[in-house]
Amino acid sequence: MATFNLKINGKAHTVDVDDDTPLLWVLRDHLGMVGTKFSCGIAQCGACTVHVNGTPTFSCVTPVSSVGNSDVTTIEGLSKDGDHPVQKAWAEVDVAQCGYCQAGQIMTAAAFLESNPNPSMEEIDNAMNRNICRCGTYHKIREAVALAAKTK
Amino acid sequence: MKTITRASRRDFLKIAGTTAGGLFIGFNWFGCDSPKVEVLSTEEILAQAKSFNAYLSISPTGDVVIYSPNPELGQNIKTSFPMVVAEELDADWEKVRVVQANLDTEKYDRQLTGGSGAMPHSWERLRKAGATAKHVLVAAAAQTWNVSASEITVEKGIISHKGSGKSGHFGEFVELAATMQAPEEVALKDKNDFKIIGTPVKNVDAKEMYTGVPLYGLDFYREGMMHAMVQRAPFGMKIKSLDDAGARAVSGITDVITFGTSVAVVGNSTWPLMKAKKLLRVEYEPDGNVESTADHDRIFKELIANGKAEVRRKDGNVDAAFKSAAKIVTAEYQCPFLAHSPMEPENFFAHVQADRCELIGPTQTPDRARQAAADILGIPKENISVEITRLGGGFGRRLRADYVEEAVHISKAINAPVKVTWNREDELTGGAYRPAVRYKFEAALNESGEMVGYKLRGVGMNAGNSTRENNFPSGAVDNVLIESVNYESSITTNAWRAPITNFLAYAEQSFLDEVALEAGKDPVAFRLELLKRAKTNPVGELGYDVDRMISVVETARDKSNWGKDPNVKQGFSVYFSHRSYVAQVANIEMVSGTPTLKKITAVTDCGIVVNPTGANHQVRGGIVDGMGHAMYTNLTFENGMPKQRNFDSYRLVRLKEVPEIETHFVDSGFDPTGLGEPALPPTGGAIANAIFAATGRRLRSQPFIEQKEFSDIKLEIRRA
Repeated sequence: MATFNLKINGKAHTVDVDDDTPLLWVLRDHLGMVGTKFSCGIAQCGACTVHVNGTPTFSCVTPVSSVGNSDVTTIEGLSKDGDHPVQKAWAEVDVAQCGYCQAGQIMTAAAFLESNPNPSMEEIDNAMNRNICRCGTYHKIREAVALAAKTK
Repeated sequence: MKTITRASRRDFLKIAGTTAGGLFIGFNWFGCDSPKVEVLSTEEILAQAKSFNAYLSISPTGDVVIYSPNPELGQNIKTSFPMVVAEELDADWEKVRVVQANLDTEKYDRQLTGGSGAMPHSWERLRKAGATAKHVLVAAAAQTWNVSASEITVEKGIISHKGSGKSGHFGEFVELAATMQAPEEVALKDKNDFKIIGTPVKNVDAKEMYTGVPLYGLDFYREGMMHAMVQRAPFGMKIKSLDDAGARAVSGITDVITFGTSVAVVGNSTWPLMKAKKLLRVEYEPDGNVESTADHDRIFKELIANGKAEVRRKDGNVDAAFKSAAKIVTAEYQCPFLAHSPMEPENFFAHVQADRCELIGPTQTPDRARQAAADILGIPKENISVEITRLGGGFGRRLRADYVEEAVHISKAINAPVKVTWNREDELTGGAYRPAVRYKFEAALNESGEMVGYKLRGVGMNAGNSTRENNFPSGAVDNVLIESVNYESSITTNAWRAPITNFLAYAEQSFLDEVALEAGKDPVAFRLELLKRAKTNPVGELGYDVDRMISVVETARDKSNWGKDPNVKQGFSVYFSHRSYVAQVANIEMVSGTPTLKKITAVTDCGIVVNPTGANHQVRGGIVDGMGHAMYTNLTFENGMPKQRNFDSYRLVRLKEVPEIETHFVDSGFDPTGLGEPALPPTGGAIANAIFAATGRRLRSQPFIEQKEFSDIKLEIRRA
């Protein structure tokens, strides 16, 4: 066990966990932030996506010891009241079916649009291909990313 | 079980006096905060609300709380059920809060999600619930104003009397209305007067889902709760020995428990469990058939040839028809096992106490979960509560209660509340799969290319009847023999979205394509010729409505410009399942010499479309599901264990791999007939038939990418 001082959504948090504990489980089990989802645990599906210094990151394979004093942003901290352009676009397009993967999809989309504010549809496809949606909401996901790009 | 078909005086009084309680998960509504009214929480509203029936309560502020009893797993029932109640109530949707009801078999019947049956089953009940409440509210207003109820109108939660100029919102009349006599029968709206039904109402859990608010079973935490993970035996095996020293040595592990053929590690948080589980040293030994995929392939071939079959349907004389046939077409089709792989892995919370048990989590069948707990604990069902969380997908997996049972066993053993969490490897190896199936089809054609004989023999695993004997083309052919052979496998199997038909439709619709081409006929014209026969001179019992099927076939033909563009190679498929009819056309075009799947056109008759957004979701989702698994996904076994254990080898369809999907809905005027499943079955056949049209390769097994017929085809998938 070791003590880690983390910067999550602009706030300081201290946790006492094994150094191989993935950031995902630190968030969910130790900090009660359960918006970041567990699904595959091996960086294949993107449900656990958070931003580390703005980069979309699979938190399920990110040991807490590797985070250091990086800025971590989770779905809970993406905006104050669910009003990030990507979140608004998701609501407007009514993307979700079961909804479980959507926090990860939104985090991937938000980071992507930061780095590429005016993407082509092909660029949207390439960026969003890293996240799996078992319900098959893919058409709505690309529509929402395109809408967010237009409205932000 | 009691059905809520009408509110009797006695029930009405009983319900009116109670204040509903329970866990409220997700009622929020994006942008509905009206500036002129104080926004109360659902709990505050319910504290003062009057219950009008099992489905709704109205507060003196005019806020309406509608209970949604059925588990929500993405089929949008939590939005569409309340829409139906609110429609008949003439509520202001902006003032409606939706609450997931807990399991309550006194109040609700068929409180489950499966078989695409929730809306067909509840449609009239929901309408009557809303209409009954509206009736007594109107009666209360009439009495208050001393006017005739027949002169009163209701719009968006406002009750008005034109003659006197009086009006007021629902909340002003709830006290009096709750004392009124509920009518025995109540008039329902004309479908043409619907204002909410048929509109794209947005998902009621949107804000929670998009901001990370706890909503799913896996998100449930309670102070003092323990965590557990379970190591299960390979199929057909039992534990021979266990060395748990390594697991127990992991920091954070508090216990290791054995029950049945399972070993559970228990601890304070999830990550130590994942580490400890890998350190369990469990030796297994056979306790029945230990099967591999190679065994299944051999068994299928044996049983197709000479397995003991149950005759499901027999019309005319097939032997004579095949003996005198001008041409016989024969083909066999086979699919692999599949896991359900919902994005939220299985999990459940259980807290067992002396003679009580509390259950919270994602289940498609809360009553089965409760019964399973009652059976394990030997306590009455009444002592067990079940709270239904939002489900991160289901696809049939959560019809089973195996993971609920694990939570109950462990909570009982450690005498503490516990949440069991499966990881993806557990989900893929832990059982209850769509089983592999093999079908043999034979068709006899006469000189004029008419199908005069049709034989289908299915071999299923733990499937009971692996055919749908009264489905098309039965009824359209004089001589039919349909048989089913069942093999009992030690691998646990379960309903998987559109059970049986998820592959039977592919096999049948591909085979009919083969027959049509052998008969020298256009595949759509061939199907219409058969349907015309079934309509004018049906043979035996028909399990489908011929007119509705013809309608979707013709509409799909027209909407897809079937056969009009020589550069577009098309595949057709149509299927009836779960009371609804779906026809699909897949378009493949050659792009720089590469066959490219560009588009699927789907025409659906599911009766009245309650929510067009939800309906589009279900059709597109069903197509993506059917397409993805037909193309890519395989689950194979070796010595009772799946070889594919996570998404790196168990391949699911991704965003770049879906074509354009164009959806159309036939306005048939029927009451809603189910939509969670019916769009999936036709998809594989439409794509395989298009692949044949484009390449001349007939794919008779799934997944396509692993078939030798497909090995030199580079199929691109690209939206238009």
